[in-house]
Amino acid sequence: MSVVVRTIARIIVPMILAFGAYVIMHGHLTPGGGFQGGAVIASAIALLLVVFGSGRLAGHKNLLSLLEDLGAIAFVALAFLGIGCTFFRNVLAGSGGLFGMPVPPGPNPGFLNTGGTLPLMNWAVGLKVAAGLGSVVLLLGLFGGGDDR
Amino acid sequence: MKWIKVGAFLVMVGFLVGVAAWMHPFGVPWASEMDDYFIANAQVEAGANNVVTSVVFDYRGFDTLGEATVLLCAVVGVALVLRRTRR
Repeated sequence: MSVVVRTIARIIVPMILAFGAYVIMHGHLTPGGGFQGGAVIASAIALLLVVFGSGRLAGHKNLLSLLEDLGAIAFVALAFLGIGCTFFRNVLAGSGGLFGMPVPPGPNPGFLNTGGTLPLMNWAVGLKVAAGLGSVVLLLGLFGGGDDR
Repeated sequence: MKWIKVGAFLVMVGFLVGVAAWMHPFGVPWASEMDDYFIANAQVEAGANNVVTSVVFDYRGFDTLGEATVLLCAVVGVALVLRRTRR
């Protein structure tokens, strides 16, 4: 693409990444969560693919699949944390430790240090969705045929 | 043949309009015990303000595990279909 598009993309991609990280990080407080934030981050990968072509991004294919595996393993491992009671038991909620601050019932502005395993699972699923959708887009760009510039 | 098509179309339109007229009003569920339980207890039990997230990741975590598996299958399918078999 032309130099105008490349310059604008260099400015906009960090903003998209920051917004996706915000949507994932505040998934237990505001609308959004792992799936939505991961899709936002994957859209940044799609923008990079459109602007710079698939040749520049081809080296990151293994990194993306590694990140997706990491997200899936983290998700299942967090689910196994509560195996003492049941699978997917939220052991960290209300425990006072990491993400364990008890929430006052009723309307409140929301506190980041709450939710137990929910924020960690949001991060795992966000990583998985971002890497998964990103690798789908990258594979389509690499092997879909045709000129991608 | 044409009149059969017109008749089938009219019967379908009548059926859809009738269903829409007899539809249960939106936002008034028949059974709301589960919703009331989530709204009353999710904030304290799961410790999150967003009840949707606490349902998706806590009360129905298996559903999210299945969704993650579906995404994995989609990626594997794309990689299988688009792989380069010969130069």
